Amino acid sequence: MMKHLLSMDQLSSADIVTILDTAESLRSVTDRPIKKLPTLRGRTVCNLFYEASTRTRISFELAAKRLSADVINFSADSKSSVAKGESFKDTAWTLEAMGVDAIIVRHGSSGAPHQLSQWVKASVLNAGDGQHEHPTQALLDLYSMREHFKDLEGLKVAIVGDVLHSRVARSNVKGLVTMGADVILIGPPTLIPPQAATWGARIGYDLDEVLEEIDVCYLLRVQKERQSEQLFPSLREYAALWGLDSRRLARMKPEVLVMHPGPMNRGVEIGADVSESPRSIILDQVANGLAVRMSLLYLMLGGRSEDGEVFE
Amino acid sequence: MGNAPAQKREFVVKSRLLEPDDVRRALVRISHEIVERNKGTDDLVIVGIRTRGAPLADRIAASIADFEGADVPSGALDVTLYRDDVALRGPRNLEATTVPADLDGRNVVLVDDVLYTGRTIRAAFDAVLDLGRPRAIRLAVLVDRGHRELPIRADHVGKNLPTAASEIVKVHLQEIDGEDAVLIGEYRP
Repeated sequence: MMKHLLSMDQLSSADIVTILDTAESLRSVTDRPIKKLPTLRGRTVCNLFYEASTRTRISFELAAKRLSADVINFSADSKSSVAKGESFKDTAWTLEAMGVDAIIVRHGSSGAPHQLSQWVKASVLNAGDGQHEHPTQALLDLYSMREHFKDLEGLKVAIVGDVLHSRVARSNVKGLVTMGADVILIGPPTLIPPQAATWGARIGYDLDEVLEEIDVCYLLRVQKERQSEQLFPSLREYAALWGLDSRRLARMKPEVLVMHPGPMNRGVEIGADVSESPRSIILDQVANGLAVRMSLLYLMLGGRSEDGEVFE
Repeated sequence: MGNAPAQKREFVVKSRLLEPDDVRRALVRISHEIVERNKGTDDLVIVGIRTRGAPLADRIAASIADFEGADVPSGALDVTLYRDDVALRGPRNLEATTVPADLDGRNVVLVDDVLYTGRTIRAAFDAVLDLGRPRAIRLAVLVDRGHRELPIRADHVGKNLPTAASEIVKVHLQEIDGEDAVLIGEYRP
């Protein structure tokens, strides 16, 4: 297994299958009265978050604790030395000096986890960097799709919304294309980056055109803070053209899955009734995230050997 | 990931110690011993340690059903996450743990193919105790090859096999390897 997880580019389809299969074995631990395994006893994991997060940080923290690792949570806010002007590099070296085995990092700048991995001996896991990637989100999404469709090959997945600013979209496209899925990117032309044509996904601008053919409708969060950039006219117009409401849901295949990485803007990219419909697996995504992150921590920190082969 | 696969060493068989009939007889005898020791089949649960303990547990349960006419639940336990050598040997692929029902107050018979250092059994104790609180845990193995590193012994043994530490004992089972046999040999690089 690799030392760092920085990008979905690192993972072959066989690697992804190993991670998802391991997650499946670990999922059952959640249903037991004693939800803890001794596997990573004595290991220390640090959550280093320079950006806000609810589910990713909690999910990583819980995953590490379920495997008996010690967890340090670091948020770059007014309570940390970042407020005193400590640089990213000095913070990294401080953590290194304390002897952490893994650093889970979220940062507003694309490439920050890669930079961090050059500075420290610990394993680095990218928990979202700028507009670059969010690989653990993509892996938990692949896991969630695989729970319903045994084979990801040929699966038709529409990723709808602000692809331009979305690290979730980038990681998901890479993972889905690696697994042989058929990906369609849909959104306002201003929010589809021109280079998306090289990602191996189809590009469309009209959600209504693809409703009947897709197996998965993956909605991206409308980043309301970007509305000032005037990339789309108004939230109401966005909802009318690219929002998934119950009328659009009714036109889709009966077995379609509705997914969202959270946090949701109900009434904008997703109708309140759609988010709570039986086709929505948004809460399963959260639960599966725990198993997938346990799987990654086990596979990446479980061994000391440098060649790191997964045994038989 | 992305590394070349570890070189497969060749296993050279020195002798075959148990043939299919020997394996069958040993398992039938162990099944009888388990029921005798338990004074019947009440509260009995047979749990095989993956990989090769799992089919053995199923066979023992089937054998008990055969001569006692009672259904004894059987299951499989993956102890990988409880091993004390995870950090030394690196992660291995996991398999499902499928232990029937509730273990509280039951008599759990752990089943494994080879008893050697005792460390796998130690890991299995922890794994079972995280699933419930059995009244008793007993141990049945097809082969006991000695060289214990922990104070653990089996309650039911198919065959005691004095070995040298350099030798490798391999159990082959129909369900996994296509034949029943116990082999002794060594790895050649």
